[in-house]
Amino acid sequence: MTSISQRPAEGQHRRMATRHVGWEAARTPQAGALMETSKVELQDITLQYKTNGSSLLALDRINLQVKAGEFLCIVGPSGCGKSTLLHLIAGLQQPTSGRVLIDGKPAGGPGSDRSLIFQELGLFPWLSVADNVEFGLKMKGIARAERKEKADYYLRLVQLSQFAKNYTHELSGGMRQRVALARALATEPDVLLMDEPFAALDAQTRDLLHDELERIWEQTGRTIIFVTHNVREAARLGDRVAVFTFRPGRIKREFTVDQPRPRQIEDPAISRCAKIILDDLREEINKSLEQEYRVS
Amino acid sequence: MKSASRQITFYAIAIGLWVLVARLHIWPPYLFPTPKGVLESLWAGFADHSFWIAIAVSMRRILVGYALSVVIGVLLGLLMATSKFLEQTLGSLLVSLQSLPSICWLPMAVLWFGLSEKAILFVIVMGSVLSVTISMETGRKQMPKIYGMAGRNLGARGLKLFLFVLFPASLPYVLTGLKQGWAFAWRSLIAGEMIFVSLGLGQLLMMGRDLNDMSQVIAVMILIVAIGYIVDGLIFETFEKRLQQRWGLTTTA
Repeated sequence: MTSISQRPAEGQHRRMATRHVGWEAARTPQAGALMETSKVELQDITLQYKTNGSSLLALDRINLQVKAGEFLCIVGPSGCGKSTLLHLIAGLQQPTSGRVLIDGKPAGGPGSDRSLIFQELGLFPWLSVADNVEFGLKMKGIARAERKEKADYYLRLVQLSQFAKNYTHELSGGMRQRVALARALATEPDVLLMDEPFAALDAQTRDLLHDELERIWEQTGRTIIFVTHNVREAARLGDRVAVFTFRPGRIKREFTVDQPRPRQIEDPAISRCAKIILDDLREEINKSLEQEYRVS
Repeated sequence: MKSASRQITFYAIAIGLWVLVARLHIWPPYLFPTPKGVLESLWAGFADHSFWIAIAVSMRRILVGYALSVVIGVLLGLLMATSKFLEQTLGSLLVSLQSLPSICWLPMAVLWFGLSEKAILFVIVMGSVLSVTISMETGRKQMPKIYGMAGRNLGARGLKLFLFVLFPASLPYVLTGLKQGWAFAWRSLIAGEMIFVSLGLGQLLMMGRDLNDMSQVIAVMILIVAIGYIVDGLIFETFEKRLQQRWGLTTTA
């Protein structure tokens, strides 16, 4: 069964032996000159924190290409810098070296071509649900009528139309999550960056939101980069899963999940994929736990 | 409403005692008026429009002065919150200036601006801008960073980021400071008016003294308390409650 394929991260071919355990090898994107440009391309992204003389290498030469319309999941132990990477792609933070390219052009600061959904959401409690969804459009200077129309559309898409006038604290966790999704979609960015968006939710709500996200992704054709520490979630959602190493964050390996959609998290094939990825990740998780115990 | 009945009883007894002492005629009525005399003064003051004019003049001054100090204080506070240098230099100066009663700015104001509206505005601003600045600074720091990031992520920049994100996000944290700033502004205004400026409630109060009319003095004091209470207890409190409800900060539904 060729459900999943893996390849080592670029630039690390020599160090890492590629194991083929019954899955096809992924094609290398830089193979042909006629290759379409990637929607998102990370070139040698390195991030170093300097605090009081000592420096911490958070991200180490990250190279990654994401095709338009692709759903990429990034998994890694906590503290591996995967959230930071999203902030870099969103332009909220600048790397020490390396470049973020969108459609082959340097990305610069935050732009309307990318939208990040934060782990803690960052919904504005002083605005109603509808005003939250309209916020990005308002910043773009779009007229009220058009704003309202778009907000209505995306609220319908996440099935929250009847809560448009509510304030965010009146909603449940899953509903708030959907508001954040609608808010990010409303500006119609090509790239959605999602930072462990479902981590704080109960399992049932999460399963439901997986289905919804998959549907919305297929309906809107956005490119999604989705960060999680939940391997099953990554296998459930991603076309491709990149595994990060623990400190410094590097891409250890990439897996392609060749499973038909819509998927279910209980699918045995998804479980098998998750198992393969988890085996690869376990070593890194152990490293992160060791570090944690040493500190405390 | 047990507290309400207690309050009513308390005020009834207090006024009763007041009437009783006044009836004993230990002091002449112009030094110790009856409640009735005070009520008559209040009535007369409103009837001949002098109270209305004084209220209008004082309210205009405080609105302008307070608005100025909110604008200045919010901007200064934000600047100080973003710059370690400003916080350590200007910040320490502002904290030490806070111990200066605002009326101490009056001589400076008079020398600079003369006996003018500008002088009284200066006193009001100096009296209230410090607490607004300091609370804005701490509010900006306490405010979760996520709002600023979310705002930038959604395309808010510069002035828009401040107006639509940073300012509303910090409101619950600065509200106490805004309230305190108002209270300081109100005290500074009355003090300033008492000493030199024409018209206004403070000046009415001093006029009562000049005319040896204690009932007018008390009537104006009641006015000052009433206005302070209305603004503080009703306007600010209502605003605070609504804000807390909207943010979901209240525990009671």
